[in-house]
Amino acid sequence: MDVNILAAKGISKRFDGFAALSDVDFVLHKRERVGLIGPNGSGKSTLVNCLTGIITPDDGTVAFNGNDVTATPAWIRAKRGLARTYQIPRPFTGMSVQQNIEVPLRFAVGHTSARAVSDAAQAILDQVGLADKAGLSPRRLTQVELRKLELGRALAAQPKVLIADEVMAGLSDSEIDEILALLTRLNAEGISILLIEHIMRAVMMFSQRIIVIVAGQKIADGLPDEVMKRDEVERAYLGE
Amino acid sequence: MSFSWDLLVNAVVTGVVLGGFYAATAIGVTIEFGMLDIVNIAHPAFIIGGAYLGYLGWSAFDFDPFVSMAVFAPLGWLFGRAFYRGYHVFFERRGDEALQGLAFFFGILFVIEIGLVLTFGVDYRSIVAPYVSKTFGIGPISISWRLMLPFLVGLGMLAGIQLFLSRTFVGRTILAVAQDAEAVRLIGADPIRAKEIAFGIATASAIVAGILLIIIQPVEPSIGREYIGRVFAICVVGGMASIPGALVASLILGVAETLTTTFFGPSWSPAVSFGLLLVTLALRPAGIFGR
Amino acid sequence: MSAQADPAHRPRKSTLLPPRLRPGVAIAVTGVIFAAAAILLGSRVSAYYYLAAYTILQFVVLGTAWNILGGYGGYVNFGTAGFFAAGCYTTIVLNKLFQLPLLIDMLAAAAIAGLMGLATGYLTLRLRGIFFSIATLALAIVLQTVIVNWGFVGGARGVYVVRPQISGLFDSYAHLLVTLMIGLATCAVLAAWAVERSWIGIGLAAIRDDETAAETSGVPSLRLKLIATTMSGALMGMAGAPFPYYVSYVDPATAFSLAITVNSIAMPLIGGTAAWWGPLAGAIMLGSVQQVLTVTISSAANLFFVGMLLVLFLTAAPRGVVGIARAWKRGRAWT
Repeated sequence: MDVNILAAKGISKRFDGFAALSDVDFVLHKRERVGLIGPNGSGKSTLVNCLTGIITPDDGTVAFNGNDVTATPAWIRAKRGLARTYQIPRPFTGMSVQQNIEVPLRFAVGHTSARAVSDAAQAILDQVGLADKAGLSPRRLTQVELRKLELGRALAAQPKVLIADEVMAGLSDSEIDEILALLTRLNAEGISILLIEHIMRAVMMFSQRIIVIVAGQKIADGLPDEVMKRDEVERAYLGE
Repeated sequence: MSFSWDLLVNAVVTGVVLGGFYAATAIGVTIEFGMLDIVNIAHPAFIIGGAYLGYLGWSAFDFDPFVSMAVFAPLGWLFGRAFYRGYHVFFERRGDEALQGLAFFFGILFVIEIGLVLTFGVDYRSIVAPYVSKTFGIGPISISWRLMLPFLVGLGMLAGIQLFLSRTFVGRTILAVAQDAEAVRLIGADPIRAKEIAFGIATASAIVAGILLIIIQPVEPSIGREYIGRVFAICVVGGMASIPGALVASLILGVAETLTTTFFGPSWSPAVSFGLLLVTLALRPAGIFGR
Repeated sequence: MSAQADPAHRPRKSTLLPPRLRPGVAIAVTGVIFAAAAILLGSRVSAYYYLAAYTILQFVVLGTAWNILGGYGGYVNFGTAGFFAAGCYTTIVLNKLFQLPLLIDMLAAAAIAGLMGLATGYLTLRLRGIFFSIATLALAIVLQTVIVNWGFVGGARGVYVVRPQISGLFDSYAHLLVTLMIGLATCAVLAAWAVERSWIGIGLAAIRDDETAAETSGVPSLRLKLIATTMSGALMGMAGAPFPYYVSYVDPATAFSLAITVNSIAMPLIGGTAAWWGPLAGAIMLGSVQQVLTVTISSAANLFFVGMLLVLFLTAAPRGVVGIARAWKRGRAWT
């Protein structure tokens, strides 16, 4: 019985000679809430891309739910329950907001009846607070609403693991609390969550464990209070 | 066909010399597609347009081809800049580059070719320049100036453009845009203006290449299509944004085509460039000098 | 109790047909009507109109087929002529060997052209879209080179194909061909409509908008793209299969004609790539205009006109007639 739902070992990735990730190990336990922090450009998004299957690491393995998925295409990982949001929102601009949500409902979850898809999509839109924008084009949404759409699309995939990549950027305090409450509720329902954020109070409040990545390497991995007290972590954030 | 070393050596040398000319045709695509991510498949049409400008210069004004180059290349530069401006407004800004942009360039390619048919007819056109029909020999090898001049001009043009890109501020801005357009904005330069200038250079190079083409052989409007495969093959095999890579790829293509034509006949030579491209994409998509 | 309030006597709305299926039924019914008209009118209508209709119908198929991959998927095929010619020469080869009914030729053409689409897609669809486009161009050129050098099918000189004698339902073989083409066009448009509203169409739309985001939403992008290229290729091949009988003399220049490729791109883009009726509208509009122009001016001027119209629409009305119609309904700018 594997207690890790998501595990990466020895992940390395180079782009044109630049080492984006060097030998990174990472585990996410079942039902855990982990925060991933690090300065801009430190490799967090590259790690997420390796975990979700968008890019293949030069070295290392990725395991999801006990199975080796290092070579598995992204869409299969999504079907198995690995969902993510994108740091810079990537909506399907040719469709309405609701149709955006319907894509993972049809493909990752496998709904076939138009009625079931529509009902489920509306439920998700309610959850993230976009119900009144259902028929609009994503081009008409604000930055904040686009991030909510990202979250909605990830939720629609009925994930076992949700990788929330900067969902809270630009939100007001009350909106941040709203999203945190939603994520906490989802976690209580059994979803393991990896939260990638720059908003420290959210990370501290939410995470059971914090991982710090700087310049492509993991420099800390442990309880939030302990990790934040460490010198290397303070230095990495100097000036931020 | 009987095999002889002389035949082989001549074919290889001719191929190398032809390759130098091919480099001139492809440098524009290396800039537009390799560096700026603009899929200008109409580039071969610009080349053929340049060839017909060379013809026009000779038949109407008695221009020597080099005079034609001096006159028409600057016009190509201006046209290229204006053309990119339009493309940017109507396609890049709208986010329509993928489908509509590609179809647009195809439409331009087509309109230029048919426009040439309507204006000049489908007969071959050529020019006559006194120095062009001479040949010179080195040992068993004989090369004609008809091919040698374009080879030299092609190399010169590549060297000039490479120097411009690496030594001048504008040139380096263009190279920077090729890597990261957003970052260029952050240092206070205008990536759109840089792309405009680059497109102007690329178009001017197409005009020059076209005039070189009509020195080598008579032209008719549909010849442009042969060059679609060639210029994109050279760009990709050379590693996309690398000018030295494009040169090496051009020489390889020139030799491959000449050997194919010599030993298998001319009807297979259009397939060589596409074959080279497909093999590269299958085995080493980054090309020779690509990363 | 009045008749109005009694449910048994309430006037029945057309619940026979759910609204979602109405376009499909309309397409099928229209096709049947046209086919019946073609058969019944027969020789009473001048042959010229039949020939014109055949050409336009052929472009309905080609444009619709192109759009399944181009408009729905975002991948541009520059080698329509290659797939069309594959269909042509499949008929020619089968005709020389066996003398089979045309329908069998069409099925064989669908299989061969479909396989070509699958192979091209498999080799290049993992790369950027431009490489797929160049590969389609390469395929057409290589195929033409092979045909030109193949004596069995006539090489560069071409072949003559004799129309079989028929009797009964059709007044002549030309009428049979037109009716067949009506059937094929109806099937093509139905197929496009079905794809558009199915999971295939939705997946392709997601891929076209953002392939990476589509993948992480569970969309099997390579699989869907291959389905689209295969379908598209197969339909193009089927459009080419009856062509040898239509023209009676085929040579590579005609079968691989650039006009086929340009039209198959221009018609969907001008008509509008977002809906199944866009290529249809484009084919009818552009096809009719070209019939007039080719006869009155010249075929080169005609092609020039098509090219200019394409460029004009791409610049000024990139969503085509479909876009203009939709914008008008919404009261907004058509771009």
